[in-house]
Amino acid sequence: MTALSVSGVCKSYADTPVLRGVSLAVAPGSLAAILGASGAGKTTLLRVIAGFEPADAGTIELGGQVVDSGQSRGRVPPERRHIGFVPQDGALFPHLTVHGNVAFGLPRSARHGPFVDELLELVGLSGLGGRYPHELSGGQQQRVAIARALAPRPRLVLLDEPFASLDASLRAVVRAEVLGALRAVGTTGVLVTHDQDEALSVADYVAVLQDGVITQAGPPREVYSAPADPWTAGFLGTANLLPGILQNQGVRTALGWHEMRAGGQLPDGGGEVTVLIRPEQIALAPLAPSAEGVTGKVTEARYHGHDALVAVDVGDAGVLQVRMLGAGAPAPGDEVCLTATGPVTAWPEGSF
Amino acid sequence: MVLLPVVFLLWQAGHAGWGTIWPLIFRTLTWTLLLNTIELGVIVTVCSAVAGVGSAWLIERTNLPLRRFWRAVVVLPLAIPDFVIGYTWLSLTPAVHGLFGASLVMTLGLYPLVYLPVAAALRRVDTSLYEVARSLGLGRFRALLGAVLPQIRAALLGGCLMVLLGLLAEYGAFEILRFQTFTTEIFTEFNLGINPAAASALSLVLVVLSLLVIGTEMTLTRSVAVRAGRPAGGVRRYRLGWGAVPSLLFMAVLVGLGVGVPASTLVYWLTQPSDLVGVAPIPLLGAAGYTLLYSFLAAVLATVAAFPVAYLAARHPGRLSRLLERLGYLVQGLPGLVIALSLVFFAVRLAYPLYQSPTLLVIAYAVMFFPMALISLRASLVQLPRRFFDTARSLGCSPMSALLRVTIPLAAPGIAASVALVFLSAVTELTATLLLVPTGVQTLATAFWAYQSQVSYATASRYASLIVVIAVVPGVFMSRWLDPSRSSARGTVVRGLIRSVTRGGRP
Repeated sequence: MTALSVSGVCKSYADTPVLRGVSLAVAPGSLAAILGASGAGKTTLLRVIAGFEPADAGTIELGGQVVDSGQSRGRVPPERRHIGFVPQDGALFPHLTVHGNVAFGLPRSARHGPFVDELLELVGLSGLGGRYPHELSGGQQQRVAIARALAPRPRLVLLDEPFASLDASLRAVVRAEVLGALRAVGTTGVLVTHDQDEALSVADYVAVLQDGVITQAGPPREVYSAPADPWTAGFLGTANLLPGILQNQGVRTALGWHEMRAGGQLPDGGGEVTVLIRPEQIALAPLAPSAEGVTGKVTEARYHGHDALVAVDVGDAGVLQVRMLGAGAPAPGDEVCLTATGPVTAWPEGSF
Repeated sequence: MVLLPVVFLLWQAGHAGWGTIWPLIFRTLTWTLLLNTIELGVIVTVCSAVAGVGSAWLIERTNLPLRRFWRAVVVLPLAIPDFVIGYTWLSLTPAVHGLFGASLVMTLGLYPLVYLPVAAALRRVDTSLYEVARSLGLGRFRALLGAVLPQIRAALLGGCLMVLLGLLAEYGAFEILRFQTFTTEIFTEFNLGINPAAASALSLVLVVLSLLVIGTEMTLTRSVAVRAGRPAGGVRRYRLGWGAVPSLLFMAVLVGLGVGVPASTLVYWLTQPSDLVGVAPIPLLGAAGYTLLYSFLAAVLATVAAFPVAYLAARHPGRLSRLLERLGYLVQGLPGLVIALSLVFFAVRLAYPLYQSPTLLVIAYAVMFFPMALISLRASLVQLPRRFFDTARSLGCSPMSALLRVTIPLAAPGIAASVALVFLSAVTELTATLLLVPTGVQTLATAFWAYQSQVSYATASRYASLIVVIAVVPGVFMSRWLDPSRSSARGTVVRGLIRSVTRGGRP
């Protein structure tokens, strides 16, 4: 049983295909993130799920009920899908107070009950019910928007890049509060975002959308460490892509022999592959006679405080990115020794 | 609905037979009228352009003293109907008549139509463009010509278009000043019942002229690149120095002639005893009541009719909204007289019970001022993000209930502006009112007209003053409420309003 099931959904605007067969399943009570670059079709997918746009083909099911099967017959209008919607800037109705906004989707008799105040308390806005949206900060507006979406007890809440317009310093706090409210009531959520850190850190399930197709979906760890293809690997975070050769049930690159991640399907025997090694999988040591590994020269060190991203030129294998704690970062020009740890992901050469 | 007037007109002409119509079009009278119209058009357009651009530049771009005062009073002639300006001048001195009188009165009445868009454009012009031009070695005058003029060209052309359309449509002022144009001739032919075929023939010529003017303006503006956005370099005002003295004199003469003379003449006549001889007076309050009633009904009708159109155009931008804008231009270009006449033909031939009924007059107003309603509604609907509507749907609202609970409350400023604009325009309308006023009813405009035709200037002044008061008071209130500097959210509505006011120079 899934809360939301999308299969083979296509959508075009004036002959330009935006969604080209999107399939996705979200478990009840979980938070799924749809991660994609701008123009990948994220917002369109959300609008089709919400019912603001009809799907050209494919099926959308909510808790087992088909709400859109690509035909106008049987298509359920947005107001009867019971899907909450939190748009990018909150879109609070400017002519209504906070209380009026939250109560908007409730039946007339429930609008003045205690339920609205309970919801405001849940998002930490008790006592602000009489304010108008323009009297609230951006973070407060987003919290009202989630309270408003949750009020009619929806089966599913869709969040369309709701934190993108907030200041970086505020974003983490508001995100925690908004998603906390969502989890507190146990509602299934689908979050659309272009921020991979956001998707990986908050979601139970991440789906990567590229050019109108889901290229990969799964738990954040799996998606990050075993991406489906090199593009996805680079989109999810900094990626070192090295040529390698299959050898002894593992793979050999310029950095030595590596164990293969379990579950990878690669032909046996000395095939050529592309290998993904994440920057944090590489350890740096000062150059010393006893040091093992490959030697290289630091070309750039970007210091971020908590950590540092160091670029090391290792000759034939090119420049590798290495992530390490900020305190011990070397300076450009230093000679260092590199060793890679942990299993790696590899794709057959020419498979993309 | 928008094109119906033209259809009726062609139908009426066809009814009379094209064999009858052609000779009526190609006769010496037509050429006399054409010559009169062209002479007047050239003089008034040039004078209005000079007065409008001059006052706009002084107010927006120089350190002219008392700028706030000038800014408030320079647009006041818009609130005084042109026929009232004409009447005040004629009652002051009979020397104001014919081509000279018509040129003077129409320039004074219409120059704000150039001033408003040009002042708005000048406010947006980036001073740094002028400074770059100077730094590239251009002299003061050439820098103005080369860097500033191209940016206000579209506004200037738009203003001149409105002046020309206003001239073609004007009837009352020309009748008062005894200047013969198409409208006066059409009115005479029709009203004396001599020759309805001739009236429709001349109307066709008038429509063709209006379309020519619009077409010319469209081709001219298309080639102008619009530089949108706020001035990045800020506004540095030109220091007038001793030039302030002639500049102040210029403003004083312009405002004195355009506002001072009509206002003081009205006040003078108000203080004179009633000069009625042997005629039963038309009750002032009764006439005011009819004016308010018909204008208000028309405002509501036009707004209700325009709302779905504006809504669709805002929701589905593209070909449809472009088409609508063009159609709006077209109706704006149809003189009120032509619309009224076509409705008369329609009623007489197809719906006789409607003839000389209040319904027909209200419909006439609504058709004439439909574009105004459309523009103000569209301005406020376009800035409403679709997200509000979608969010309401996701919260369980049907499309109709989302419209009622979200879209309409949020569009309220535009709806209010639409009602107010159509109302004001209908209050100051004369031509269509004279043709379509129900039997036995007198509005302020028709009562004024009746008395001034009998040279009862003192009595007429009471009705004229009431028209001006009704037009000015809500106008001032509205401009305060919609002050663009107060709220950025209302900015778009205000820009739409300025456009619709300047597009709506219909007497």
